[in-house]
Amino acid sequence: MRRVTRDQLAKVSVKLNGRAVSAEAEPRMLLSDFIRQALGATGTHVGCEHGVCGCCTVLLDGVAVRSCLTLAMQADGRAITTVESLAGEDGALNALQQAFRNNHALQCGFCTPGILMSFTDFLRRNPKPSEEQVVDVLSGHICRCTGYAGIVSAVLEAAGTRDSNTGGKP
Amino acid sequence: MKPHPFDYVRADSVDEATELLAQHGDDARVLAGGQSLLAMLNLRLLEPAVLIDIASISELSEIREVGGKVEVGAAVTQNRLLAWPGLKAKLPLLAVALPFVGHFQTRNKGTVCGSVAHADPSSEIPLSLATLQGEVVLRSRSGTRVLPVSEFQRGMLMTARKPDELVTAIRFPVQTSGRVAFREVARRHGDFAIIAIAAVANGNTIRLGVGGMAGRPATREFAVGADLRDAINALAWELEGYEDMHASSRMRRDILRRVGPVVIEEALQCAE
Repeated sequence: MRRVTRDQLAKVSVKLNGRAVSAEAEPRMLLSDFIRQALGATGTHVGCEHGVCGCCTVLLDGVAVRSCLTLAMQADGRAITTVESLAGEDGALNALQQAFRNNHALQCGFCTPGILMSFTDFLRRNPKPSEEQVVDVLSGHICRCTGYAGIVSAVLEAAGTRDSNTGGKP
Repeated sequence: MKPHPFDYVRADSVDEATELLAQHGDDARVLAGGQSLLAMLNLRLLEPAVLIDIASISELSEIREVGGKVEVGAAVTQNRLLAWPGLKAKLPLLAVALPFVGHFQTRNKGTVCGSVAHADPSSEIPLSLATLQGEVVLRSRSGTRVLPVSEFQRGMLMTARKPDELVTAIRFPVQTSGRVAFREVARRHGDFAIIAIAAVANGNTIRLGVGGMAGRPATREFAVGADLRDAINALAWELEGYEDMHASSRMRRDILRRVGPVVIEEALQCAE
């Protein structure tokens, strides 16, 4: 049993993008705030804070979850993967990110980190998704500027089921 | 928003969890996947003194078949049940209903039992459990009791769970018929259903389950071949349909009248 009382700060140790890190958190601290404020990884964005918008999606032990609907305490001892892990050390975009750029799949970019993390998990499980499956996963996110067509095209391009900029032709 | 302060306790066994519930009762809330609970805490709709985290209790993380029933432990996530190899053959209704539960990202964490314990009237899992006439297993320090779901879910967010009890599992009877259908009407796929409708055809009878009309799912059995229009119209008036920001009660009754027969027809069209 592990008990942390309300005003107590307890150490939470996680593997953030492969690196072992730890910081203190009180029980009510959300994982989204822990990642941004305690660990300083501000690539993860916070939108609605009740699980609707999907901006704060990160991978917890490789699985896409809402970090605003997770307590920092619940992540203790586990691996967190955020958008910072996607590009190479030299800043080179990975295939999914490059596909987003190719397909104009972002405008202001606020929702993008969450969407990238959702599809990082999803494409690992379903490497060749149908457009319908992509739309289904995307329904867990809200984008207020571009609309969703570019995002769907980008994911399909990254999955190799559609080439970019060919007007939808294979 | 951020939650009100609370104590956090991670229980390592069911005994520890029930001991904590005996100690804190109504001041405590059980945290499993947290996909409804954390949203309610963030919105400060709830201000519990203690959260009891049961997600890492290994004895609650199993899906197993016992005596003609599929038992799903309280730490099993919705996506794990969706990926369970026996799902299509043994619980075909769940195979078609689970994709409507929240989104891919929330199903990764949200639990099957948590949804039943939360008892939202429009939720898909309580509706499926009611339609299949399943059971809820409750444990406290003084023992275990098993309730038919009709006695468990009492009304909107209200169940027969006592303050010192933990929902440790739910049990779905293994389905002998694969003739099932599920549909819901929602603003966006994965959002709260305005109405959700499940149908299971079995021989000459069809069982209809309706969520989102009353405080808890309603079920009704019909004979195949009878003119169901009048029966569904009567059901719509009986359930009345509640009013909220998404739909009036009149709109809910109308959706049930129109979509109910479609779902029944879909179930009847399925191969055995």
